[in-house]
Amino acid sequence: MILRLDNVSKSYGALKVTDNVTVAVPRGEALGIIGPNGAGKSTLFNLITGNVLPNEGRIEFLGRDVTRAPAMERVRMGVGRSFQIPQPFEGLTVFENLLTAAAFGRGGREADMVDACAHILDETELLKKANVVAGTLSLLDRKRLELARALATGPELLLLDEIAGGLTEGECKALVATIRAIHARSTTIIWIEHVLHALNSVVERLLVLDFGRVIGIGAPDEIMASREVREIYLGLEV
Amino acid sequence: MYKLTTRTRAGTATAIAVLVLILAGLALPAVASRGAIQDLFFILTMLTLAQLWNLLAGYGGLVSVGQQAFVGIGAYAMFAGVILLGWNPVWAILLGGLAALVLAIPTAFFAFRLQGAYFAIGTWVIAEVTRLLIAQWKTLGGGTGTSLPREATSNILGTDLIRALFGVREAAARDILAYWLALLLVVVVTGGIYWLQRSRLGLALAAVRDNVEAARSVGVDAGRLKWAVFLIAAVATGLTGALIFLQTARISPDAAFAVTDWTAYVIFIVVIGGIGTIEGPIVGVIVFFVLRSALADYGSWYLMTLGLIAIAVMLFAPKGLWGLISARSGLHLFPVRRRLAGPKIEGGN
Repeated sequence: MILRLDNVSKSYGALKVTDNVTVAVPRGEALGIIGPNGAGKSTLFNLITGNVLPNEGRIEFLGRDVTRAPAMERVRMGVGRSFQIPQPFEGLTVFENLLTAAAFGRGGREADMVDACAHILDETELLKKANVVAGTLSLLDRKRLELARALATGPELLLLDEIAGGLTEGECKALVATIRAIHARSTTIIWIEHVLHALNSVVERLLVLDFGRVIGIGAPDEIMASREVREIYLGLEV
Repeated sequence: MYKLTTRTRAGTATAIAVLVLILAGLALPAVASRGAIQDLFFILTMLTLAQLWNLLAGYGGLVSVGQQAFVGIGAYAMFAGVILLGWNPVWAILLGGLAALVLAIPTAFFAFRLQGAYFAIGTWVIAEVTRLLIAQWKTLGGGTGTSLPREATSNILGTDLIRALFGVREAAARDILAYWLALLLVVVVTGGIYWLQRSRLGLALAAVRDNVEAARSVGVDAGRLKWAVFLIAAVATGLTGALIFLQTARISPDAAFAVTDWTAYVIFIVVIGGIGTIEGPIVGVIVFFVLRSALADYGSWYLMTLGLIAIAVMLFAPKGLWGLISARSGLHLFPVRRRLAGPKIEGGN
């Protein structure tokens, strides 16, 4: 297993945003996470990346207990993430955004990272805009940059937070093709997404969260057919 | 196949021009009047303070209003080294840097728990507390201050050589020495900041400035970086403070810890010139010096005019005068941009 969460809980005062979550992710899997707004999806990401520490439970990454490890350490171990709302380094160019991620995420000299960054820019269709200041990018390019910057850290586990949100059908298709190619290289992916057709075309399993609890996990077809999921997430009366 | 480039023609031309200016600056005391040397000393020390505040606020996102604490403690440590330990004033300047470092560690410990405006106010409060504590130090004159002893000022390292070289009196030789040291300090500080920006840490600083959370998500240790920037700025500010008061040879808590002289004017210089660039403080200090010379006789109107100009620049040219020049001309005298060169890449930014 690349990632294992055992009975992980997180509360803010009386509000329990992650409730006794237990899940194991095998190396090379693509796992989708769905759930209504406020279900605790992004908090679960923050717990995995170390941006938020749990009140209870244990988190293992690559067989090592990282429950209390700071976010920077987890990045260097191979946890890469994108943000739901793109957060580029706006004053830096697209290339400099990646160079920063590569130099600090992987640890190394800038000059040694140039080809790797160029390759990622090519794969995410940003190579033409390598020297463009990130603050001037369109939404699609900002989403691409989120993905590219996370890849530049050299992740073994890639966490994608609603990366297809707000894109047109055509833009979404192009992005999904890129994610599929990344996954084909056996990068483990955990992907939060509301654009279900995009998500289901990539992931092998779906995990459903509601009020911080896991209410279902399994193959996408089984999950989408589940009565509880359809009621809670899709709002359908069955 | 792909290459990283930072070099530009303007950058190479600037490097040559800077080298020529440094050599000319070293030779200047041979032809310049004592008044001109004193003016240049003022410009160089203010430029050093401005570059350091720019490092804190423009690159590190740390808007401190308490840098006068390090000017003051550096100056007082230099006086203590001379008066209490009998050190030569030139060596005692180093004590100023050390004292600023010692003060900066607890200051950062408390101030880093505050954010934004609270951080600014916190640093100011710490500077005021330091001023009040120093005013209790009776051996160094308490609240009224003291002067460097005659035997110390007449025996400053290197002044004999300067007197023999230029045929000047003792006080003028002290001014020349202070001017050369100020030139050395501004070159080291500006060169150091430029080197920092072109190093791996420069990318990290820019990332933290733009978005701390995202910087952490790619492995940048934002906390350690802020500590490093704060301590470096404090040490160099302490050295500058010691040098400023070596030249005046007289100190008092009010003068050494003056928020207007060592922080407000410095912020003005950076804001007017352009925050977050090396060129900005250089432009800013020239504008400040011209305004100061032109308006010196107008009392409080001088300060009000500076305030109005600062407000106008913040509203209409938030990137300062250098920002305007750079936007129109595309000129970067100290290029820090890493450009990717290779196939399929568009040129512009």
